[in-house]
Amino acid sequence: MGGSASRLPREVLGEYQELTFLSKQEILLAYKRFSELLPEGEKENARSVRIPKSRILTLPELRANPFKHRICRVFSTSEDGDDSMSFEDFLDMLSVFSDSATSEIKSHYAFRIFDFDENGALDREDLENLVNCLTGQSEESRLSSAEMEQLIQNILEESDIDKDGTINLSEFQHVISRSPDFASSFRIVL
Amino acid sequence: MSRPPAVTLQVSEDAESDGQEPSPCNEGALHTSFRQLIQEQSSLAEAAAALELQVQAGGREPPEPWPAGWPAPEQDQERAGYSAATLRVLASMPSRTIGRSRGAIISQYCNRTARLRRRGSRPPLQQLSRAARPSLRQHRPDTDPAAATLQEKRSLLVKELLSLSPAQRGHVLLSVPLCLAEKRTLRQELMGQRGSPGEGARRGAPFSPCSRLEYHVMLGCRGLWYGLLSLLPAAQPWHRSLKQIGSRFGSSVLSYFLFLKTLLMFNVVLFLLLLVFVVALQAAYPPAPASRRPFTGLELLTGAGYFTHSLLYYGYYSNGTLNEPCAARPNCSAAAPPLPYNMPLAYVFTVGVSFFLTCILLVYSMSRSFGESYRVGGPAGDLAIKVFCAWDFKVVRRRWAKLQSENIRTQLKELLAERRSRCRPRSPRRQLERVAVHLLAWGLSLGTVLGCVVAVHYFSGHLHAVQQGAQARAGSAWRREAVPLALPLLVALMHAAVPHLYNVLAAWEEWDSPVREVYVAVCRNLLLKMVVLGLLCYQWLSRGGVCSSEACWETCVGQDLYRFVVMDFIFTLLDTVFGELLWRLVLEKRLKRRQRPEFDIARNVLELIYGQTLTWLGVLFSPLLPAVQIVKLLLLFYIKKTSLMQNCQSPSKPWQASHMSTVFITLLCFPSFLGAAIFLSYTVWSVKPSESCGPFQGMETIYESGKTWVNLLEKSNPNITWFTWIHQYLVENTFFLFLVSGGLLW
Repeated sequence: MGGSASRLPREVLGEYQELTFLSKQEILLAYKRFSELLPEGEKENARSVRIPKSRILTLPELRANPFKHRICRVFSTSEDGDDSMSFEDFLDMLSVFSDSATSEIKSHYAFRIFDFDENGALDREDLENLVNCLTGQSEESRLSSAEMEQLIQNILEESDIDKDGTINLSEFQHVISRSPDFASSFRIVL
Repeated sequence: MSRPPAVTLQVSEDAESDGQEPSPCNEGALHTSFRQLIQEQSSLAEAAAALELQVQAGGREPPEPWPAGWPAPEQDQERAGYSAATLRVLASMPSRTIGRSRGAIISQYCNRTARLRRRGSRPPLQQLSRAARPSLRQHRPDTDPAAATLQEKRSLLVKELLSLSPAQRGHVLLSVPLCLAEKRTLRQELMGQRGSPGEGARRGAPFSPCSRLEYHVMLGCRGLWYGLLSLLPAAQPWHRSLKQIGSRFGSSVLSYFLFLKTLLMFNVVLFLLLLVFVVALQAAYPPAPASRRPFTGLELLTGAGYFTHSLLYYGYYSNGTLNEPCAARPNCSAAAPPLPYNMPLAYVFTVGVSFFLTCILLVYSMSRSFGESYRVGGPAGDLAIKVFCAWDFKVVRRRWAKLQSENIRTQLKELLAERRSRCRPRSPRRQLERVAVHLLAWGLSLGTVLGCVVAVHYFSGHLHAVQQGAQARAGSAWRREAVPLALPLLVALMHAAVPHLYNVLAAWEEWDSPVREVYVAVCRNLLLKMVVLGLLCYQWLSRGGVCSSEACWETCVGQDLYRFVVMDFIFTLLDTVFGELLWRLVLEKRLKRRQRPEFDIARNVLELIYGQTLTWLGVLFSPLLPAVQIVKLLLLFYIKKTSLMQNCQSPSKPWQASHMSTVFITLLCFPSFLGAAIFLSYTVWSVKPSESCGPFQGMETIYESGKTWVNLLEKSNPNITWFTWIHQYLVENTFFLFLVSGGLLW
């Protein structure tokens, strides 16, 4: 731990602590895990290098998650659109998924993760994609089309307040605020 | 990911949250103008829609606010009859762009910060412009963030942030949902602007050497404090184990282990207080040694024999001042001891203070848990909530993720089937049948409770007679030791067997809602445990009970409670072995089923609550009982965790983890702790202590020792009459106690 602490300068550590919901321990652990993903020669400048999506998805915390591609897409700030993540993107992700993040910020990012077509609202295709991710991708584990239709109809009845056939961010946050279990399930710990 | 520039229609954002109430006609004006806008847009843009869509398909980034991946015009007809242009307008509304565009987020937070700043101050009437819409009164063109570029928006936000206090600023920076690079830029701009001459002049005030030293000392202290705080997570016990459990079984099973950890903390607090003020000091000044029986292994089970005259029980503790120098030696000088330590007083005060502290901690955890889990509004919207909150992101391995998917699929199918069946109205005959079934089941369970109570009563009477007979006859040694174990054995057997009967009843009743089934099961089990405990307490304190014939009845009661705690632990172990390990082997080998036994969370938590109640009941009679409970909880954690990992699967029924955690901690507080506190108060206020042993020998009640001490104090030092006044008018006055407890609850 002492070695990695010397590689992250103190003022940068302090800055990260102020701007994210992570504690010092968690930031240092994140730095360690991030550098482990880098090839041998680049371990020194972990803060300026981008890791490709395929390497990030080898992390055990993301490997089995059905939303792993969406998570990489939402948190990546890469201009090339290849969903590669820098160390700051990684910290962003851990901060949103940490214990102390507010429910509001979690629901904001949950909305972006569930918005598969990125049009700013959860429409029927998004909801269908979401349910398929939850139940498993194989044919026998999906819900039948009648059940899917009934489910989506019910969801839209319950959450779509302005009745435009889609769920926008505020409607989503309104639904989420009624569930106290959301914050504890929307959590990744390294 | 394309980032379209922010929308120009920011007006609707501010309408609701101003300090001034908009009048209804103004809101109506807002709605009509909005409708007109949509109509204008759709009529204007209909003609150009096809052309523009072609342009977009060609790959050029269009200049207007346009979401990426716009659907083709044919699909628009399916979307509730809105035209392409209307949908375009809707898609560029703030509610939809907020989630995507960086500029929109910055503008939104700029408005929020401005509102935060303006909340305290209403603008004077003269400054109000004549505009009709209240939203526009504070809408000045130069500060309208919507029309600016990204850089201008950023500087506007920085300007707003500077006007906040540092704490609020830090909070806004933390909670704004931007990427870290953006936040760092904002922060650097903030630091840059704070260092500007306007700020510098204020900070350039004379910085004398004293204040400089103070400043450095404060910085040093703060650094030390942050260093200590950062060590705190590392000192969390079982962090890795809990993470392992949570990642494999989810939050529901994790809540059991977190509850165990909470109980451990309560016991540690209790034990430390008793250790420091009572046990350690008595160990330093041991009383005259009585005849000690040799140590055989059986004492660990029965708590008698070698342990009878030890620190474990009430009877060992002396009833006078501890470090009295002239106790044994006849020819010592009559000098007063340096710091007289009055054991009876210490005993009763420590027990009282530890109970008070436990009460405060319990009420605090209960209120915090309640605050986290209480939500306005009923179960409406549970399908949406189920879908959005279903996936537990802590789950790590592929196999466990697959299991979780299967669980979610089963739950969704069940919920959908329930909805479909609910739509079909049930016939009145069927409803009557169901009511009759429920009543019968409740009647059966209450009957079982009554039966158990009667059995315990007669059995303990029988045991008492046997024991009298055995003493008169001076029977064999093992019989003397075994007889007291019989009652705890019977009670533990009852507590192990009857819940299975309740499970059968619940299966027969066929509850609609699984959550309600869990609540009813918890209620019935709790009722059984508390009623049996109530009967036992009555027996211990009553004149004709088992222990009343002994010389030192408090030690006898302490021993009985020790036996109950040990027997409870043994039966939990047996239940884990038979219920989980053996059952899994049976399922796999004999019945050849892939399914593993489920971890029954409700039953396990109730066992924990029962064990803790026993500890609280026994603290007065056996000061080291919390230590026994700590050892038991530590062992239980590792045993349950191993058994869970090897043998069980996570519960397939839906489990509202935070709601149930609140229920459990409330159950810990109300029947469990309250009952123990009532038992303790009754013992202290009304029961006569034994004549020949313990710290309160010969007094009328334990409470009398407090009164005696106060009188002694008054006599020795007339100046502190105010203390006796406090004691007389406040502590003894029930109204004041009522006020204090009311304040505490509030």
